[in-house]
This record gives sequence, structure tokens and C-alpha cells, in this order.
Amino acid sequence: MSKDKKGLSRRDFLKTTGIATGALIGGGVLGSLITQNATKDDVAGTGKNEAGGGEYVGEVFRGRMFFTNENEFKVLSEAVERIFPEDELGPGAIGLGVPYFIDNQLAGNYGSNAKEYMQGPFFAGESTQGYQSRLTRAEIFRSGIAKMDEEAKKRYDTGFAALEGDQKDEIITAFQKNEINMKGVASEFYFKLLRQATLEGAYADPIYNGNINMEGWKMKGFPGHQMAYIKEIETDKYMNIKPKSISSMEH
Amino acid sequence: MVKTLDKVDVVTVGVGWLGGIIGAECAKAGMKVVGIERGKERSTADYLRVHDEYRYAIRYELMQDLSKETITFRNSRKMRALPMRQMGSFLLGEGLGGSGTHWNGHTWRFLPYDFNIKTLTDEKYGKDKLSADYLLQDWGITYDELEPYFDKFEKTAGISGEDKNPFAGKRANGFPTPPMVKTPILKKFEKATSDLGYTPFMLPSANLSESYKNPDGQTIAACQYCGFCERFGCEYGAKTSPEITVIPTALKTGNYEVRFHANVVEVMKEGNKTTGVRYIDTQSGEEFFQPADVVVLTSYVMNNAKLLMVSGIGEMYDPETGKGTLGKNYAYQVLPGATGFFDEQMNVFMGAGSLGMTIDDLNGDNYDHSELDFIHGASMSITQTGVRPIQSNPVPADTPAWGPEFKKASIHNYSRTLSVGGQGASMPHKENFLSLDPDYKDVYGVPLLQLTYNFTEQDRKLHKYLTEKAATIMKEMGAKTVMAGNPISDYDIVPYQTTHNTGGTIMGASPENSVVNNFLQHWEVENLFVVGAGNFPHNGGYNPTGTVGALAYRAAEGIIKYSKAEGSLV
Repeated sequence: MSKDKKGLSRRDFLKTTGIATGALIGGGVLGSLITQNATKDDVAGTGKNEAGGGEYVGEVFRGRMFFTNENEFKVLSEAVERIFPEDELGPGAIGLGVPYFIDNQLAGNYGSNAKEYMQGPFFAGESTQGYQSRLTRAEIFRSGIAKMDEEAKKRYDTGFAALEGDQKDEIITAFQKNEINMKGVASEFYFKLLRQATLEGAYADPIYNGNINMEGWKMKGFPGHQMAYIKEIETDKYMNIKPKSISSMEH
Repeated sequence: MVKTLDKVDVVTVGVGWLGGIIGAECAKAGMKVVGIERGKERSTADYLRVHDEYRYAIRYELMQDLSKETITFRNSRKMRALPMRQMGSFLLGEGLGGSGTHWNGHTWRFLPYDFNIKTLTDEKYGKDKLSADYLLQDWGITYDELEPYFDKFEKTAGISGEDKNPFAGKRANGFPTPPMVKTPILKKFEKATSDLGYTPFMLPSANLSESYKNPDGQTIAACQYCGFCERFGCEYGAKTSPEITVIPTALKTGNYEVRFHANVVEVMKEGNKTTGVRYIDTQSGEEFFQPADVVVLTSYVMNNAKLLMVSGIGEMYDPETGKGTLGKNYAYQVLPGATGFFDEQMNVFMGAGSLGMTIDDLNGDNYDHSELDFIHGASMSITQTGVRPIQSNPVPADTPAWGPEFKKASIHNYSRTLSVGGQGASMPHKENFLSLDPDYKDVYGVPLLQLTYNFTEQDRKLHKYLTEKAATIMKEMGAKTVMAGNPISDYDIVPYQTTHNTGGTIMGASPENSVVNNFLQHWEVENLFVVGAGNFPHNGGYNPTGTVGALAYRAAEGIIKYSKAEGSLV
């Protein structure tokens, strides 16, 4: 099952995400400005750009706000792809932009635990008491990624990103089972964060830079932002509705 | 330096449903009222872009900022209590409207049985049905006494429903608006439960079936079934909330003001009366004393209890001796249920927070408990609230949590999964209580509230019995595979369960066993009222807001009465 991932080079990865970003739309000021100059005819029926509710706004500048090191980002990307892999249903985490989603989130309130109680003293506590680390999510991700790489080198003498699929799975499983020693946080907790963030990136509105072109929603059959279902709610028929991003409200 | 402000008639701490109801009723009666709210102002206009699962349902946009204040938690007195560092088990609200902004809108009246639970249980099953560790007590008010206030709250909110529940208390009037639509998913439940001999009916809903003008002249719009209710605000003004009903009603009188970004840290007291509240302007850091003739605590269960504790009002409950009432009888709920996987795809993403059908045959004492080793039960419902993709990844029990099999199964089952769930009542236990934490403080230097809680034998037995019933219903509904809920063990504060916390500031007929009387007036400080689900001496098998709303109208009546002739209202 890992063969198809074997030869995935960094260039391939960038190419994949590059194709996807070409179709991505941002909302906000840039989106609105450019949209004003686009005629409706340019937009309707092109199918080029569905993330913004069907309006083309031109080039999108996707980038990293958090990870500065190429390898860290690569380890993250390879790990989330194992959690949510590409298959016949559609793109995996990389194709959906999940690594960028996580990177961008780590650079903001999510990463700095802005709404969490972070005062000491800190004690490990029981599992029923939840998150008790003094580390922020940004710190946990950084140290978890380093630890994954370290574990790969220890077991296979090479970095995590270069491992075979089942070797990567073995290491992720070790984190999940809390078999890895991490400083300041349980490896199981890091795994849970990583898994949850992967699903968030796959299925959050595309305004957050994941779920590229709403491919996550299309696979799942979730129509995203729709104003109302009052006309359809009583039907017996399953409705396959073309999804819309919340950013379509801004055009 | 604390700056003293001009005195007002009434000050409420927190402006959600309860602050709004008290504010509206007292302001209409000509009293000057100030509502003090730690959060910000917000309205329907802020929810135009609310269909964003990540921001609202996952990152909790509308919820309390825990970096400023949280609670600490332990399962038992033997454990070290530690802060709830991130929100999980329940979601605390903040800002205008409070939890009334992001609720689903299930609006129930607790059963007549609930209000007299101790007397009725003893009469029918003997005094030893539950051990002495369970602090079961009557509420000091009957359903019939509370009926006019239920009626009033339902009319204010425009509740949509049908009077077809054979177990419900008697109603003076029908529901203000007809029930919501009956969808194919609801019909599956209706048929299955009917075939099993139960009596299904449409869930009473605060997402309105049609546009409605309430007695105060406020209009609530008709629900559009967009599927974004719980954890979200309503962009249509179709989910009844304080900020579209009671708060504008209060403001319209000219006697009402809401002060935002103001965090109350102490209820001030001289002799046996309160003189007002001390609060901190969270933007400037300045401290103010707001004098008032009457102080009403209308914040959430946790904060109401905490303010009494840090202000030294009332005797703290001591689990060792059983003495004291403040913090006693904290209760939660258990959630028996079953999930079913179907062959056919269903429009699960459409819905509304309160779109559902319920049976009450297994709630309260609506069935015989002579041969059972627990009391009470749960309302059992199917709801079609709008299933969203980050939170909903249903997979059969033997599926891995990640990887290719997980992806396939979670995508396949997303639109093929239904659940039947119960809201299991929870009985008060001597070891479950609220107190003050000795170590951790909030950002203003005030101690955090400490929660000591675990599920008890009664909870586990109730949960097991009703989970089996839920699985039977799901099977009857035609599920290909039925997955019954796991048995409950220790209470875990991490996964979301329910924001139906109760107790700690309970009501009753005597100062010996309760904090407030049946007007929610404090037994020791007669010009202090404490209102909320904290008043419940036990937790029933429903969502609390309907009963809490009724209690708030009762309290408002008491406050107006008190303002004319001081003294105890009972």
C-alpha cells in the first residue's frame, strides 16, 4: 500500500500543491478587489474556481507562516498524508493543502493557545483531566515533528520523510500508543492533535487554506455553506448539492 | 482605587437568557436595571458568515475565553484538582446572549415528578431505593406552581411544538407555534418507536416553524433548516435568543443598560444585605462599585456559585459532615444512545438544532422502577441538527482511527449514519460538589471554582439500561449495523458531552438544605437572587433551558414584589 508514495519527491509534492493552488481562491480584500474587475461572464460556468463560490480572482499566494525549516514541513506533510491518504475517492491531506492549513494555524491563536488557560503550576494529572502541558500547540507540533524524525533515524537510519509507507505508519502508531518519550507532553497527545488537525484541514472551509477546491467536501458530500434547505428538507431523495465556501458571501 | 457609581434598582451579573428576562421584566415594571456582561456586544448582524464549522464549532468563537478564567477539576477528593485548560465536556458561553446565543433550542418543561422526586420516590419505592449517599430532595415548588412561568417563557420564545406527549405536565395553553417539519429521518424514528409501543412526538423547539411576534412585540423569524445551530448564532434571527427577544424588550423601556467588558469579581455585603457588586473593566483595568437595591446573579452555573463563594455568602458544603449548602448537589447528565449504519444515503447535513422527535416513555418515573436498581431515566430522541464534516466521522467499531480504511469508512458512513440519544437524568451524590480551588486563580486574582465530580452507580445503571433500549430502537429503524454506546466509567472532562451542568446553588423549601427559596431569593441575604440551572437540586432527563427560563420569570416576579415590600418572599 505504500508503493505509490515511495517516489514522492519534494518537487512532486510542490507540483501537486501547485496545481491545486492554481484553483484556489481567497476571500478578503484581495479577492474582493480583483472580483470587482472580473465580469460575471468570466466567472460563470468556467468551473475553474469553485472555492470562492465560482468567482476567479487570479493568482493566489500560498505560503508558510510558521515552519521555517524545509524538513520539518516535509515530515509534517508526509505524516498527515499517512493519516488521510490519497485514494480513488480523491486527494489526501497533501492534495487538500492540510500541511499549509496546519502551518497557518500554528502561526496564529491556535498555535499560541490564546484562548486556553496556560497558568501554572503544571502537573501531569489523570487522563480525565485533559491537556496539562505547559507547551503551546506550536511547541508541541515542533517537538513532535522533531521526535518523529529522530525516531525514524533511530529505527531506519534515515529521516521520516524518506521512509516507506508502512515504516511511517509504524512510527505514527508508536506515538499513538504513547510509546515515545516526549518532553513536556505525552506522545499520544501529540498524535491526537496531529490527527484532529488533519481532519480540520481536510474539511474546514477553504478560506483556511486547506480543503483545496472543496475537494474534501466533495468526497464527503457536504455542501458547505448553503443559505437554506427549507425547500429540500422534506424530500426523500438524497441531494447531491454543489458545495459553496463561506467566502462566497464576500463577493 | 474603586470608583463608586450611581445606585440603580437592580443589577444583574451576566446578560444571557436570565439577565435578559430579569432585565426586561424589572425594566418594564419601571425599575432601573443595569446588566453587567464580561463579554462583548453582538447581534444577528454578526452572524452573516456563521456557516463556518472550524471557527465556531471547533475553535469555539462564541465561547468563554479560558485564558482569563476557567475551572479546576478532579474526579474525587483524593485527586489533585487541575485546571480545565481547554474547553471540552461542556461549553461555557460569553458575550451578549450568553449560551442562549449558541444553544440548539430544545425547550422542555421538567416533569411534574422532577419537582417532587424525593417524596414520590419514597412513597412508591420506599426510603432505601437509593443509598443515603444520594442527596435527593424536592425542589420546594411544584410543577403546577411553575406552570404559568413555563407558559410565559414559551410565549416569549415562541416555542414550536405539539401537545402530544402523554407524560408531560398539564399545559394551560398550547404551543405558541406549530411543530417543525417532519423529515424522512424523523419519520424513521416515529415509525420504529410507534411499532415498539412508545409514543413519539415532535421535540419542542426554539428554532421556529413560522415567523412569530411575541407578547413583548419582538419578532422571531422562521427557521430555514440551514444546519448551523448549536455552537453558532443564527443569521436569520430564527433561533430564539436573548439578543432578539428579552434584551431589546428591556432596552425599549429606557430603564435598561448593558455594560460590556465588565467582569464582576465580588458581591458586596453589609450586615445581611448586599449593597451591589464590584467589577473590573476588562479593557481599562479600572475597578468599579455598582451599588444596587437588588443584586441578581444571572451568569452560568459555575460563575454564580463562584461569586457567592468568593464573596463569603452562605455556608460552604462540606462532604465530610454533610453540613452547608453552597456547592452541594452539583449534577451533570449521562448520554445513553446507539448509532446505526444504514445502506441508503440521507440528507444529514440539512437540519436545525431542535429538529427532532422524542419519546418520554423511558423518562422520569414514566415506567415502573420496582424491578430496576436505579430511578429516573432519559428522554430519547432523534435529532437532525445538521451534521458537519470535521466533527462527524462515523465509523464502525473495528475501523482504525486513521489511514486508508478510516478515510473510506468515514466518508462512506457520513451520510449513512443516524443516532438515537438519551439525555440521562443525574442524581446528586454527596461526593459531587463545587468549591473554591486553593491554588489556581483567574486573571483578576480571584480563585477558580473547583469541580469534584464522577459518575455514580446510579448513572452507570441508568446508562446501561437505556443504551440497550436505544439499540433496540435503532435496530427497528432498519440500521444495517447497530453500535450501542460504551458503558460509562469515570467522568472525563475532555470529550464534549453536554452543557447541562446543574446544582451548587440549589433551591428548596428550607435554608437547612438549599441556598435559595422558591423565588430564587437567597435565604440569608434577602436582596440577593441567584438564578440558573444551579438552582436544580438534581438534573432531569431534558435540556435545562425551558425550566431555567421559567425560574427566571418566577424570580423576576419575586424581585418586583420585593421592591415594594422588603423581607423574605416565602
